[in-house]
Amino acid sequence: MAKRIEASGVSSYYGSFKAIDGISMTVEPKTITALIGPSGCGKSTFLRSINRMHEVLPNARIEGRLTIDDQNIYDPDVDVTAVRRMIGMVFQRPNPFPTMSIYENVVAGLKLNGVKKKSVLDDAAEKSLKSANLWDEVKDRLNRPGAGLSGGQQQRLCIARTIAVEPQVVLMDEPCSALDPISTLAIEDLMFKLKDRFTIIIVTHNMQQAARVSDKTGFFSIDKTGEPGRLIEYDDTQKIFSNPTEKKTEDYITGRFG
Amino acid sequence: MSLLERETSGVVMTPDNIRTRKLPVAIDLGIAVVALVLAAAIVLGAGIGNWVLVIVVGAILYLVGLYFAAGRVEGKRAAKNKIARAMIYSACILAVLPLASVVWTLVSKGAARLDGDFFGSSMNNIGARDANGGAYHAIIGTLEQVGIATLMAVPLGVLGAIYLVEYGRGRFALTVRFFVDVMTGIPSIVAGLFVLAFWVLIVSPWFNNGTPRFSGFAASLALTVLMLPTIVRSTEEMLRLVPGPLREGAYALGVPQWKTILRVVLPTALPGIVTGVMLAVARAAGETAPVLLVAGGAAAINMDPFSGNQSSLSLFVYQQASDASKFAPDRAWTAALTLVALVLILTIAAKLLARRNRLS
Repeated sequence: MAKRIEASGVSSYYGSFKAIDGISMTVEPKTITALIGPSGCGKSTFLRSINRMHEVLPNARIEGRLTIDDQNIYDPDVDVTAVRRMIGMVFQRPNPFPTMSIYENVVAGLKLNGVKKKSVLDDAAEKSLKSANLWDEVKDRLNRPGAGLSGGQQQRLCIARTIAVEPQVVLMDEPCSALDPISTLAIEDLMFKLKDRFTIIIVTHNMQQAARVSDKTGFFSIDKTGEPGRLIEYDDTQKIFSNPTEKKTEDYITGRFG
Repeated sequence: MSLLERETSGVVMTPDNIRTRKLPVAIDLGIAVVALVLAAAIVLGAGIGNWVLVIVVGAILYLVGLYFAAGRVEGKRAAKNKIARAMIYSACILAVLPLASVVWTLVSKGAARLDGDFFGSSMNNIGARDANGGAYHAIIGTLEQVGIATLMAVPLGVLGAIYLVEYGRGRFALTVRFFVDVMTGIPSIVAGLFVLAFWVLIVSPWFNNGTPRFSGFAASLALTVLMLPTIVRSTEEMLRLVPGPLREGAYALGVPQWKTILRVVLPTALPGIVTGVMLAVARAAGETAPVLLVAGGAAAINMDPFSGNQSSLSLFVYQQASDASKFAPDRAWTAALTLVALVLILTIAAKLLARRNRLS
């Protein structure tokens, strides 16, 4: 179910502005990889490049090579919707579809991709909500609007929605930054559980969170505003947080940055 | 006194004292009564106006009196607040007044002919001395013309707006948007002339052995031209209000763009789009000039919108209002009331339909 992501020399542009420069890293299946770094250093841009969400913005383009189990994601004959079905994404702010109920939100990805059988949808909804640790809280009100849930519940609903289409890789773009500590903990627990089935890449500003949940950590940084972001160091989380090779990494994680 | 301490009518507000005096409601009412009596004395005494002017002058006197009274008791800031609130309420009443007046006039004058005959018969063979006669043919005409125009304008307008918001990039989209804006200002008579020159005189002879022909459908075409810009612009604004993260959420599930638009973006914007469409429908239902120009108007019932003259409610009102018969004005008022009621019912129905789509 989980696949390997390999980036080599990936640079992303918004028009003529180069946002990231030559990122190379390999993400192993069934691991959690955290991307940390200061604001504006290109972590989210890199993350959005992995499932081709980058190109939703006008004039955005990419150079370099990104593969998932040796298939180039950016080959001209690749179907972009197939890439996104395989590589799901959870956003910074919970974004449940406001016109849909909790149930419809969870099965939206299946339903909008042509799955019609009620029994299949029901099973998928229950399974995904259970995986997202949300089933017990919502099982009696599946027909209520998804937007009526609390922030933490909405985010778990969005995770359930993402894993309902059974992707290989789940990208998370600061999934806990809008949540309180208890909801954050719920989502971190959830990530450990999902690690058995998916490859997870998470962008976070919270270094404790990176240290708690991830197997590997990548540190991004920029020299100064206007310069492209670069991957400074990528290694086991243990090593990054105890004995980083680069001086910049050490400065950042010990709070002596800038 | 510190910077924020103020003295109001003898009471000093300090951090230790946050109370002030309040103007009693009885005094407030008293000022209103005195202001009205004073205004009546001035206006009627000097003989310069009737009760309308009494109310206007009374309101102004009341505001002035209230300002000074409240200023004495509660302080300057509180008095300003009171005046601002009173003016906002007055503005609201002033805005609603014409609307209420229109409704009242329509109902009171239109009730006279609100009978079965009016809704069941046409003006065929009704002479100047006949008291009966009705608007059945005009109601049919309005329903058919506006209905066909809506069927044409809504898909075109909504799809056009989707193009502008979701796909349109660069010079072409800017040009389209510019011309839609220009179209918003087209006078209805120009739309009518356009259809007269293009459809009635050039195209319709092809279907009618070489003779030009008026039809309800030609009126629908003109109404479509009028409805399109309203629908495009309002739909465009509503689609732009749909948050980008919703679209991205759907893309991230591997949903293609067209399906995202159809199943996520449009339902989210639906209530607003319906409002825009109903504004356009209401405008189209009230148009007289294009119908007169290209459908010709008729006294008899014509169910077929594709051939022959048709009337419409607004045209019926225009014709009856300028008719010499003493029974005509009543028919005009009732037709106007029917037209307003029709638009109101359609609007309410559309809103209910749009709400059914939303979750409770």
